Amino acid sequence: MASFIQLLVSGLATGAIYALIAVGFTLLWQTSQTINFAQGEFVMLPAFFVLAAMNAGAPFWLAALIGVALSIVILGILFKFIIVDPMFKYGVLPLVISTIALSLFLKEGVKDFYSSQAQSFPALVPASDIHVFGAVVSTQSLAVLAVAIVTVIVLHLLLTKTRTGRQMQATAQNPLLARILGIPVQRMVLYTFLLNAVLVAIASILVSPIYLAKFTNGETLGMAAFIAAIIGGFNQVRGAVLGGVILGVLDNLSAAYISSQYRGAFPLIILIAVILFRPQGLLGRIEERTV
Amino acid sequence: MTRFPALALVMAAAVAIAAPFFLKPFGIFLISTWAVLTIAAIGLNLTLGYAGQISLAQGAFVGMGAYTVALLTPLGVPFFGAFFAAGLLCFAIGWVLGYPALRVQHHYLAFVTLAFTTLVFLVLRNEEWLTNGIYGITGTPRPTLFGLKASSARDFYFLCLGVLALLSLAIWWMLRSPWGRAFVALRENPIRALSLGLDTRRYTLMAFAIGSSLGGLSGALYAPLVQFIEPNSFALGLSLNLLLMVIVGGSGNFFGPFVGALVAVLLPEWLRLTQGYYLIVYAAAIMVMMAFCPSGLLGLAERAGRALAGPRAVKKTSMPTEGAGP
Repeated sequence: MASFIQLLVSGLATGAIYALIAVGFTLLWQTSQTINFAQGEFVMLPAFFVLAAMNAGAPFWLAALIGVALSIVILGILFKFIIVDPMFKYGVLPLVISTIALSLFLKEGVKDFYSSQAQSFPALVPASDIHVFGAVVSTQSLAVLAVAIVTVIVLHLLLTKTRTGRQMQATAQNPLLARILGIPVQRMVLYTFLLNAVLVAIASILVSPIYLAKFTNGETLGMAAFIAAIIGGFNQVRGAVLGGVILGVLDNLSAAYISSQYRGAFPLIILIAVILFRPQGLLGRIEERTV
Repeated sequence: MTRFPALALVMAAAVAIAAPFFLKPFGIFLISTWAVLTIAAIGLNLTLGYAGQISLAQGAFVGMGAYTVALLTPLGVPFFGAFFAAGLLCFAIGWVLGYPALRVQHHYLAFVTLAFTTLVFLVLRNEEWLTNGIYGITGTPRPTLFGLKASSARDFYFLCLGVLALLSLAIWWMLRSPWGRAFVALRENPIRALSLGLDTRRYTLMAFAIGSSLGGLSGALYAPLVQFIEPNSFALGLSLNLLLMVIVGGSGNFFGPFVGALVAVLLPEWLRLTQGYYLIVYAAAIMVMMAFCPSGLLGLAERAGRALAGPRAVKKTSMPTEGAGP
């Protein structure tokens, strides 16, 4: 039981990080039909912005802010204007190829210009353990969970309670109608790219103390985000959250109780099952087919 | 299908035949790799370029083909027996993998096939009793054909080239048959194809099965070519690389895979003078090409050809792989 609680908490913490990445991923898909195959690398990169800022002498909190800011500029604004916009008119597939190339580009860029070695990354809170019912729970997991939950709540309030948020939702649901109603659709699309950049930067700062900052981090993280988004439902923010949490918990439990060799296989089997039997995802809406 | 100037085709064939007489062993190895990977890329071009079903599993089929040959030949199975076994096995598995494509499209299909690739990789890595795990299998013998032993690098290259030529002829013939037309109909508008009485279900499965079996045949040549196979060679990277070959060459263009595979095999070697940075340059080149010419290098060549031919009626080339919604 004690080990179960331990696994559950660390699974929830990993799942919360997956959820943040998956939410950003679905936001991009909803407003601009961008399937970002480089999403994992987008999470890998901000940690290196933070490390670079710290090497330049900035304290951690300032470096983290610089990391988020750089992430907004590079992974939000530049990504939209340089990669996505020129491709938009060609449809989905060329953009998929382009983001695959981008992921390679970012990975190799970090490897060649920063380091190919895993870098240690400062944790949010000093590492110590709390004993709950005989289980040992690390404060780090709890801090990760807390930050992720706050982020999701803030995002939810932003999307549902503010005027801009509702305009973004309208853009996601029906861009044409949104434009007719006078919503600046292009600006709303840009905002979702900025939101995605903030989300991946937060995820990066949360995940790097656990996995260390390494140029290959994106491979597993990106995959996890895709799977989470599909399990939960591509067109729902809360679906992506649910998918991320399910995935994180399942990953930890199956590695401990079933087979650690096939750890990587369980999420994939669930992915295939969901796609075959409930392609819209657990919480998703069915998208209409058009002729 | 584009009209590829016959003269260029003859010249390309002449170069392909003459090349090994002027190359060092490593050069022969590279062009053999080109011939082998082109077969897999042709298969993917059939699935993706013609039938419009995106697949990130072609590398896994190359792996299954390679392991089939590497495991069967030591048991005394003649090479060509193992070769066809690899093709048949991948045909069957590809058929099964086609079932998700009946339900989902586009990015969902990309992820299912991606998951499949990773699952195959995990099985190859973990089932050591069968595949020897991460230690891989060495020393798959090169085949004997009609008493001629293709053991030298050059002879083996000609074997690969011959197989490539035969398979591309077969695919060329198939694409001109009603089947090929049906594949294109599937890509252009699946719902209309269905309403015209086309059995889209059977053709979708068929597109996957044939494309995958070409992947398997390519893998069957890959094992004796490199003579050392291990699971990592067939991880997601190879599937992505094959996808890039098809797109870079020109998806839905018969000669696209030939050009794409050539670029993908040779470019990293040429860019070696940039030392560690060649992957960065390669990735950047693909992004630039996607932004300016998503129909690939042959699309670019066609556009240039039309511009030279005169300013009359330059039709806009569109990306041929857009189907209907998910």
